[in-house]
Amino acid sequence: MATGTESPRQRGGVHTGTRAAITAPHLRTDRWWLAPACTAAGLLAFVVYSTWRAFANADYYAAPYVSPFYSPCLAENCHAMRAGPNADLFGGWWGISPAIIILVFPLGFRLTCYYYRKAYYRAFWASPPACAVAEPHRSYTGESRFPLILQNVHRYFFYAALLVAGVLTYDTVLAFRDQHYRWGHMGLGTLVFLANIVLIWAYTLSCHSCRHIVGGKLKHFSKHPLRYRAWQFVGALNARHMQLAWASLLSVALADLYVYLVASGVFDDPRFF
Amino acid sequence: MSGYEARFKVWRGDAGGGGLEDFTVEVNDGEVVLDIVHRLQATQAPDLAVRWNCKAGKCGSCSAEINGRPRLMCMTRMSVFDRAETITITPLRAFPVIRDLVTDVGFNYDKAREVPAFVPPDGLGPGEYRMFQEDVNRSQEFRKCIECFLCQDTCHVVRDHEENKRAFAGPRFLMRVAELDMHPLDAAAGAGLDRGRAAQDEHGLGYCNITKCCTEVCPEGIKITDNALIPLKERAVDRKYDPLVWLGSKIRRRSGA
Repeated sequence: MATGTESPRQRGGVHTGTRAAITAPHLRTDRWWLAPACTAAGLLAFVVYSTWRAFANADYYAAPYVSPFYSPCLAENCHAMRAGPNADLFGGWWGISPAIIILVFPLGFRLTCYYYRKAYYRAFWASPPACAVAEPHRSYTGESRFPLILQNVHRYFFYAALLVAGVLTYDTVLAFRDQHYRWGHMGLGTLVFLANIVLIWAYTLSCHSCRHIVGGKLKHFSKHPLRYRAWQFVGALNARHMQLAWASLLSVALADLYVYLVASGVFDDPRFF
Repeated sequence: MSGYEARFKVWRGDAGGGGLEDFTVEVNDGEVVLDIVHRLQATQAPDLAVRWNCKAGKCGSCSAEINGRPRLMCMTRMSVFDRAETITITPLRAFPVIRDLVTDVGFNYDKAREVPAFVPPDGLGPGEYRMFQEDVNRSQEFRKCIECFLCQDTCHVVRDHEENKRAFAGPRFLMRVAELDMHPLDAAAGAGLDRGRAAQDEHGLGYCNITKCCTEVCPEGIKITDNALIPLKERAVDRKYDPLVWLGSKIRRRSGA
């Protein structure tokens, strides 16, 4: 997107000759840096945690719970999960953690998400760091060229994310069993999984691509009343896309952490019935 | 509450140079920044250049940067500032300065001319247009724009990169493209004009990295990014990148052959 950096005095932008001669790259007096700093800290924390868990290849199944990072589990080296989300598509040659196979899709979905793009462009690439705060890059082509033109694959990842959300819904249904696979039971983990799947679906359906597909692409809503209603519903979710992005990111990490703690024997899943 | 003396730094100068000048000006209850600028003109700087008109947030004339943030001077209450702080007022920093707080916003009018106008539908004369409210809601949101050009000013694509002004229309005029593309009676497609393609190929839609500053500064509260720019990007994806749309078009083409 942008290349090279140099001091403000050397470059154009707000220091272009015809503009008001003001030396400072910006004159904001509020704490404009706080939001990008918090964003960077939150995303970095998740990246560190999820990288550790994705490569750990251990403690991701504690019957009847399977970590959302490892579901569906598509390699032969997956933990045997009775009636669980196993599908040995990759066979025995896959030697590393099976989480890597599936995490590509939710990762890609979030990486190309319109909200996260705003978040990391601001927080990590300072493009711009905040509104009316000069960015440090000499040139800028945005998403008009490779590699950032690839952000347009968000639509592909949205379709994949629907499938992953479907599998996680299945996992949540499986969480209504006990550790002996008997149905009609519920534990604290079931609640964690329920909260997580609600947030995952809310985030996935609030996606801008979803909003466009269900109705936004239409020119005449009046000719498609059902799609208009769907567009309104998704639009209401979409207005909270940022909040849902963070809430679902946190919930998926917490669901994985819960499984990890139970699987590693830190505590037993409290059973309600 | 009573009046008090507030400290200001106001940019004075022209294209040849200038700088921030210090002033102390009386402030009274209920006043906005434009009131202070007018008092400054009346009492200390009679030659201070400032563009203004309605004082009601509807003409879009008094755009400036107040403490570094693009805002309308007439809609910025003095009560939002701490009495002890020094308030800095500068012209818009994305456009060439003419004098003091007045900038040359001609770039925006050039870009406005590049957007093809509404194409009237065949067989309907003026006064005969009929449309459902739900069909025109989206376009009407964009019609709230008062053309203050704060979104154009804050957009880093042109603010920080003068060279992009040639290729990038800016959020205000991409929103204009969206307004027409979503208009239920716009017959551009029938006339061979693909507004979505034009947004990408001619108005620089790809330069937008949806960091939402345009939405943040809009005094009319228009959701420029979510309701105009992203839908335009999605329409571009429909045409070029969506695997299912691509597959569907291939099948239709084959069955039609």
